[in-house]
Amino acid sequence: MSIRQGFLALLSEEPMGGYQLRQEFEARTGGTWPLNIGQAYTTLQRLERDGLVEPVPDDAGAGAGADTPAESRGERYRLTAAGRAEATSWWQRPVERNAPARDELAIKLALAVTIHVDGHGVDVGAVVQRQRTETLRALRDYTRLKKDAAADGPGLAWTLVLDSLIFAAEAEVRWLDHVEASVLRAAHAHPVVDPPVVEPAKTTTTPKTTKNTHTKAGR
Amino acid sequence: MSSPVMLTMRGVTRVHGHGAAQVHALGGTDLRGVDLDVAMGELVAVMGPSGSGKSTLLHLAGGLDSPTSGTVRVGRDDVGALDAKGRARLRRKHVGYVFQDLNLVPALTAMENVTLPLELDGVSARRARAAATAALAEVDMDDLADRFPDDMSGGQAQRVAIARALVGPRRLLLADEPTGALDSVTGEAVMRVLRARVDAGAAGLLVTHDARHAAWADRIVFLRDGLVIDETGTATDADTLLDGAVTA
Repeated sequence: MSIRQGFLALLSEEPMGGYQLRQEFEARTGGTWPLNIGQAYTTLQRLERDGLVEPVPDDAGAGAGADTPAESRGERYRLTAAGRAEATSWWQRPVERNAPARDELAIKLALAVTIHVDGHGVDVGAVVQRQRTETLRALRDYTRLKKDAAADGPGLAWTLVLDSLIFAAEAEVRWLDHVEASVLRAAHAHPVVDPPVVEPAKTTTTPKTTKNTHTKAGR
Repeated sequence: MSSPVMLTMRGVTRVHGHGAAQVHALGGTDLRGVDLDVAMGELVAVMGPSGSGKSTLLHLAGGLDSPTSGTVRVGRDDVGALDAKGRARLRRKHVGYVFQDLNLVPALTAMENVTLPLELDGVSARRARAAATAALAEVDMDDLADRFPDDMSGGQAQRVAIARALVGPRRLLLADEPTGALDSVTGEAVMRVLRARVDAGAAGLLVTHDARHAAWADRIVFLRDGLVIDETGTATDADTLLDGAVTA
């Protein structure tokens, strides 16, 4: 419920309308989680339904007649007492760890080390290496974004969000190293008839042909 | 527009001799046929487990060693065709090294450490000093030019080592675990300096086991048992990277 909690946190600073909430949410998380305007208004409606926010009465921001829908009037919302309590309590409690997500990679490798088809095992080394390359590619791309990000103000928020992605990708690489080492150790302890071989992936080592396009942090 | 290639390796093998004990004694793993190009303005990271041939690759790229077969070219020079003197000249003139153990001379200031290789090469003291000032400024250490290594933080000493590796017209930068034992923030600062130097036109080849540091490269090459087994390719556009990352 990151959008819902995020909106409550933003509204604790000052009343805002859906359009402004969306802008602030995106700007302060470095544009990492873009929202469409529909999501913003839906979220606001649900917060109002749950009694956590209310329209600012006689708002100067309200420009059109009473029969115009609230969102197109740019109506601003403020926290109710319950909303303020919820925003405060969000800062006070740790984010709940969800039950482990169905991580396709973990499932894939768990199956890779056990599945045998016609007496042949899966080439775990090759599976690991392809994944490692892919994860490092993502890690490299996040790092390029980070290189251009400023280290203060909104740039700091963006950098920290990127760091979170970078550390997660790094953890995945370390886990892959661990999987590889464990499989090798197990294969060494219990040699199979047809040992898996790391199949060299087809590679080309071409020099860079285009200059890097610099990517702006925000979007 | 294609940048000129600074380092070219074609079918490079390096056989150190027979017997595991001997290989170990020489501190090198065999290479079994490596093709690799590094262009100007490009930073390439080499990753692989220990014993995969990373250091052998770096030594060959820097003319510290000659291939058993295949060719290594640095700029226009065919490293294998050079004699020991020619290789020494190539290393002094064109190749900069950053190693994990910085090898700064403790009795010399930052400035003197950086001018040392130039003066050994016969460059006048005045010109060496001008080049060293520029190199130190590039790593943001010009204010501390008179400081001795013992009075520097680990990150500062590493920046001086980078300045020394880069002083003068060197166009190929080789780094072996350049972030060594530095903490993560300092290590990242060192990677930023390397990256900036390469963006300014040098070609860089970086050997590391640290994925987060390898990620500063344009391309990451995976070495195993003396062979390149995979690589990431060069990024084209990271703009679309985070699309679809919305969590409602």
